[in-house]
Amino acid sequence: MTAPAHPAGAWTGLRARAVGILRSSTFRFALLYVLLIGVSVVILLGFIYWSTAGYMDRQTAATIQAEIQGLAEQYRRRGLSGLTSLISERVARDPAGASVYLLVDEDLDPIVGNLDRWPTEFPDADGWIGFRLRARGPDRNDEHEARAQVFRLRGGLRLLVGRDVRDLEATRALIQDALAWGLAITAALALLGSWLMSASLVRRLESINQISREIMEGDLSRRIPLSGSGDDFDQLAVSLNRMLERIEALMAGVRQVSDNIAHDMRTPLTRLRNKLELLGAELPATGAARTLAEETVADAEEMLATFNALLRIARLESGSRRAAFAPLDLAALAEDLVELYEPVAAERGQHLRLSAAGPVCVVGDRDLLFQALANLVDNAIKYSPPGGELRLSVGSDGRRARVLVADRGPGIPVDLRDKVFRRFFRADDSRSTPGSGLGLSLVQAVAQLHRARIELTDNHPGLRVTLWLVPCQHQ
Amino acid sequence: MRILLIEDDRQMADYLRKALTEVGALVDHAADGREGLLLAAGGDFDVLIVDRMLPGLDGLGIVRTLRASGNRTPVLFLSALGEVDDRVEGLRAGGDDYLIKPFAFSELHARVEALLRRGVADAPETRLRVADLEMDLLKREVVRAGRAIQLQPREFRLLECLMRHAGQVVTRTMLLEQVWDYHFDPQTNVIDVHISRLRAKIDKDFDPPLLQTVRGAGYMIRAG
Repeated sequence: MTAPAHPAGAWTGLRARAVGILRSSTFRFALLYVLLIGVSVVILLGFIYWSTAGYMDRQTAATIQAEIQGLAEQYRRRGLSGLTSLISERVARDPAGASVYLLVDEDLDPIVGNLDRWPTEFPDADGWIGFRLRARGPDRNDEHEARAQVFRLRGGLRLLVGRDVRDLEATRALIQDALAWGLAITAALALLGSWLMSASLVRRLESINQISREIMEGDLSRRIPLSGSGDDFDQLAVSLNRMLERIEALMAGVRQVSDNIAHDMRTPLTRLRNKLELLGAELPATGAARTLAEETVADAEEMLATFNALLRIARLESGSRRAAFAPLDLAALAEDLVELYEPVAAERGQHLRLSAAGPVCVVGDRDLLFQALANLVDNAIKYSPPGGELRLSVGSDGRRARVLVADRGPGIPVDLRDKVFRRFFRADDSRSTPGSGLGLSLVQAVAQLHRARIELTDNHPGLRVTLWLVPCQHQ
Repeated sequence: MRILLIEDDRQMADYLRKALTEVGALVDHAADGREGLLLAAGGDFDVLIVDRMLPGLDGLGIVRTLRASGNRTPVLFLSALGEVDDRVEGLRAGGDDYLIKPFAFSELHARVEALLRRGVADAPETRLRVADLEMDLLKREVVRAGRAIQLQPREFRLLECLMRHAGQVVTRTMLLEQVWDYHFDPQTNVIDVHISRLRAKIDKDFDPPLLQTVRGAGYMIRAG
């Protein structure tokens, strides 16, 4: 089969492929892998973040601690005036700097510093206060995040030393962004990678699947292609191919045996039949002996017919006889069939009706398809009661061609529907009906040769046998 | 009639020789391909019966060689290979008919008779006649004893086939092949029903009946 030509078909094919990849175990496995990588990356990046940000926090804290210690030392040596002058000096030296100072009296009234008022926030367990700070420098209206430590002096004075941590926060955000992007890119790359990996695995598995299906359809000569890389798939393919060779050899052996039996049994049976015929001709034309001889010839012929049918099915099932395949009109074939069998049905008071909308082209063996449909129609006539209406219909929905034979007989119970195709299978209530039990086996063998599917359904009442064939344009 | 039988199976050959002699044929026999080809090329036979699988030179080879050298003697292939492509292969090689083993002698006999007739009546016929039954092949009309008989197209072809072989047995498989053009094995005798319909049209109101059933063989149309 070639790729569907119309866009809808192409889309369906693409979607089917995508679904195939999504449902593949490889892809699921890859997803799990992506998840594991994701968790690892999150842990790794989290650690990087934690250590970087923590380092910066500790740096700030250390700076503030050092400053407090410096200022405290100054206070101890030079008193309040020394402290205030040092603070004023520092504030004056770097008015837009990151350092924040505020010295207040016991009423929290500012004495000196670059902060307007004492922050209302409470310090945390480690003595740190986080508060909003009116920006100094050019962006005067902004509020910045600041962190500060409070140091109590003698005489109820309090000294607050802190830092504007805006840059720190910005760096922290930058790191967070970088980590988030890193995570997203890792996930995307991992997903893409697993998709590509699954696609290639699915493709190779699909080729194995495709070959298996062709082999199941009877083409035992097919082999799985190797990629040449000698990887696991190649090793699997080599093993499967060896298995197929073994199976093919065994099948050939079985076929050889059955052909030998055919040859060894048919020839003497034919001789037996021929000698009986000669014997019959020697006997008086009206005697009972003559009748007996003729009946015996008929019995021998029946045995030969069963034998031939078996061999024919075996040959068809070997699936190699497609030499006589040619495009043919299924509707014309059905018309011939109805024309041939209508009088037989009419003789039983049945009506055989054909419904066909127009020509339906399939590629196949004309005689074999006729044989298969004849077997179905023959059964339909045999099992339907007098007066029943039998229907043969031919149609196509573009993708599949269909022939349907519907009767008004007893039908086949659902649990027997698979069994009726077995050689010599006969439903209990049909044992009295003449037939070899090979008719449907032959139909199935012919269907298999044509890559056709047989469907048995209920005709309420009766049996409906549908043969789904591949139309010409899809060959 | 002179028949050359090329068949390596001794018993089959003996049986056929005996049976063919009994129906009035002169039978020569070759047991392998080369001998058969030499005899066929040298002798003046009416029909060749050739087995497909032969030691030395196989049946297809014999017939191809004969046809290539301009020998037109009708050939009936016998074969244990019965699939459609085997038949097609046989007919393509230059065979005129193909019979699958095992077969009833009556089937072989009917086919040999038909091949003999084909050799004689090569000129295109426009009218066929058996007793008071007449068929006009150009006008597609059938008349018996001056009365026109209406036939369906398939009934016409069925009658035509029988009348072309008037006086000879035509088997059911021959009718399926020649009238319906399908090589298949009907599980019931579908042909019998068609014959009885035809019989109702051409024989029922007339005397004597022309269309006869030959038990164990097939049908035959003949005068009296």
